[in-house]
Amino acid sequence: MQKVINAKEPFKFCTRLHLSELTGLRATTLSQLLTLIKEVPGACIYHHTHRFLQQHQYLSPEPPNDFAYWVADILGEDELGERLVSIDTIQYSTIRDLREKIASTIEEYLRDNPLAKLKFARAKEEFHFIKSVSFILPTRYIVYDLKGFAEALKKVTLDSIYFHIFEARLRLEKPTNDFALWIEHSLGDKKLANSIAGFDPYTSTLEDLRKKIIRLIERKIAQ
Amino acid sequence: MAKIKEYIPLVGQPVIDDLRLLSERLKGKVIQHINSTPVGGGVAEILNRMVPLLRELGVDTKWDVIKGGEQFFAVTKKFHNALHGRAEEIIQRDFEIFMETSQQNIDGVDIYGDIVFIHDPQPVALVKKKASNKWLWRCHIDVSNPNARVWKFLMDFIVHYDSAVFSAPAFSQRLPIRQFLISPSIDPLSDKNKELSQETIDAVLKKYGIKKDKPIITQISRFDRLKDPVGVIEAYLRVKKYTDCQLILAGGAAEDDPEGSKVLEEVKEKAKHDPDIHILLLPQNDIEVNALQRASDVVIQKSIREGFGLTVAEALWKAKPVVASNVGGIPLQIKHKYSGLLCHSIEGTSFAIKQLLSSPAYAKKLGENGREHIKNNFLITRHLREYMLLFLSLYHPEDVVHLC
Repeated sequence: MQKVINAKEPFKFCTRLHLSELTGLRATTLSQLLTLIKEVPGACIYHHTHRFLQQHQYLSPEPPNDFAYWVADILGEDELGERLVSIDTIQYSTIRDLREKIASTIEEYLRDNPLAKLKFARAKEEFHFIKSVSFILPTRYIVYDLKGFAEALKKVTLDSIYFHIFEARLRLEKPTNDFALWIEHSLGDKKLANSIAGFDPYTSTLEDLRKKIIRLIERKIAQ
Repeated sequence: MAKIKEYIPLVGQPVIDDLRLLSERLKGKVIQHINSTPVGGGVAEILNRMVPLLRELGVDTKWDVIKGGEQFFAVTKKFHNALHGRAEEIIQRDFEIFMETSQQNIDGVDIYGDIVFIHDPQPVALVKKKASNKWLWRCHIDVSNPNARVWKFLMDFIVHYDSAVFSAPAFSQRLPIRQFLISPSIDPLSDKNKELSQETIDAVLKKYGIKKDKPIITQISRFDRLKDPVGVIEAYLRVKKYTDCQLILAGGAAEDDPEGSKVLEEVKEKAKHDPDIHILLLPQNDIEVNALQRASDVVIQKSIREGFGLTVAEALWKAKPVVASNVGGIPLQIKHKYSGLLCHSIEGTSFAIKQLLSSPAYAKKLGENGREHIKNNFLITRHLREYMLLFLSLYHPEDVVHLC
C-alpha cells in the first residue's frame, strides 16, 4: 500500500449547471452557418460542440456536435458532416482555436464543393445558435489525499466530473483538466497526472470516464 | 402532492442535492408567478406541481391569477391562434378589449415579488408595473411564425422585461432582451403519470365502455382546432380500412378557451357513424387520462401547432409508441424512427400508425427509447433546476457565473 500523501492544497469539487440562452440567430445555408460561426460568442461554439456530452449520457444516435449533425442530416452534406465530427476537440485548448478549426473545415469544403452553397434548409429546419451559460457551484466534497479523492469521485455528480474535465480546460483555458492539475501540483505525482491528462474524454460517456479515473487512482493507491 | 425526496428513486440523490444547492442561493427572494387560469392547460398544470416543490426547497414562491371576462378571453384566444400563425381577423377593438382588461389587472393585481414571472400573453401588460424588481416573460406557445400585428403589439411589452423564456429554439426571435430555452416538463409522480395497477386501467376502460378486443389508438388533447381532432379521425379511418382498431379522443377544456365546445361538436358530428370512436370529455380527471394512455397501443398527437406538446412526453414516459406532428416542441421529444414517428399530414399519420400496429417489436423499442429520453431531459426535476438557474441569471449577466 502506498504511503498516504497529504496534498499541499485540498481539492474542492465544484459542479457546473447550465442554461441555454437563445440568440435568435439562425442559418439556412452553409455560407450563413460559416459567417455566424465566425461571429457568434464563444459560448455558442462551446454549446454546440459540448451539449451532447451532458444531454445524451445514454446511447444516442446523435453525432457529437450540432454543426456536423445539421450539415449532414439537414443539408445532406455527409462528407462535411464527417469532417466536422472528426475534429479532435481535445487538441484545442481554447474555444478560439476550436472555432477557427470548424470555420476552416467548412471553408475548405465550400472551396472544393461550390455547389454545396446552393443547398438550404427547409422552414423549421434552420440551424439555431444557442449560448451555453454555466453556473459553477461548490459541492460539499473537499479532499486532502488520493484516497479521499477516489471516494469523492464515486459520489459526485456527472455534472461535477464534466466541469473539472471539460469546462475547466476548454472554457476556463487551463492547461489540462483539474484532476490532473491537482494531482501534479498538490500531490506531486506527475506520472499519474499525465495518465489522467492523457485520456481523450470526448470518446467516452461521463460515467465511463468516472470509472476509468477511479480505476487508475485505485491502482496507484494499491501499489 | 409528492415531496421532493420521493423523486430520488427516479432521478437519483445527486440531482436532488443540486436542487438544494441552488435553492440556498435564492434565499430571501420572493418569486411571484402570474398567469390567466388556475386549472386546465399545460401552464396551470406545471405551476400546480412546481410551486409546492419550489416552496419545499425553500424558495419563497407565490402564484397569482389575473381576472378576465368572456370578451377578454375570446380576444386572447384569437391572439393565441394568430401567434401560432393561424389566419385570424384581428380588429382594433380586440386590442382595446385586451388593454381595458389589462388596465383593470394592472390596477388590481398586487405585485410584491422580487422576481415576477409572467406566463403567456394574457398578463403580459402587467410589466407596466415594473419597478426595481426583475421581470420574466415565459412564452409557452409556438411563435415561430407569428401574426406580425399581434407580435408587434406584444413586443411593446416584452422589451420591458429582463428576460424571456421559450420552449424551443425555433420560437426565438431577435429580441433586445436575454432569452432562454427552457422546455416544459412532466411530473412522473402526478396522477397523470404515476404507475397504475392493471385493475385501475381496466376499470376506466369499463367505465367508458371501451373493450380491449381491438388495438386502441388515442389522442389526449383539449378540443381545439390546433390539435386537429378531425384530422385524427380521418387518419384513423384510413388505418381502419386495413386494421380493425378503435380510436379514443379524450380531453378537457381550459377556462380560458371559449372555442372548445364548438370544436367538440364538430368532432362528434364527424364521429357519429362509427361506434369504435370514443369521444370522452374528461375535465381534470388525471387518473383517467393516465389509464387511457397506458391502455393504448399507439398514442397520437396530430397537432397543427404546438407550444410544446406535453402529452407526447406523458405517453413516452409510459413507454408508448407515439405518432406526432413535426411541430413546436415535439421534435425535441421525438427523434424520428428512434423514439417515435414524426409526421406532417393525415396520410403520413395513418401510414405511421399502420406501421406500428403491424410491427409490435418496433413499436415497443420506440416506446422504450422514448421513456429513456424523457427521463433524461423532460422531468420536473430538470425544470426546477433550470427555473432556479433562470432566477439566478437575472442577477448575473455573464456567460460563466461563479457562485463559489
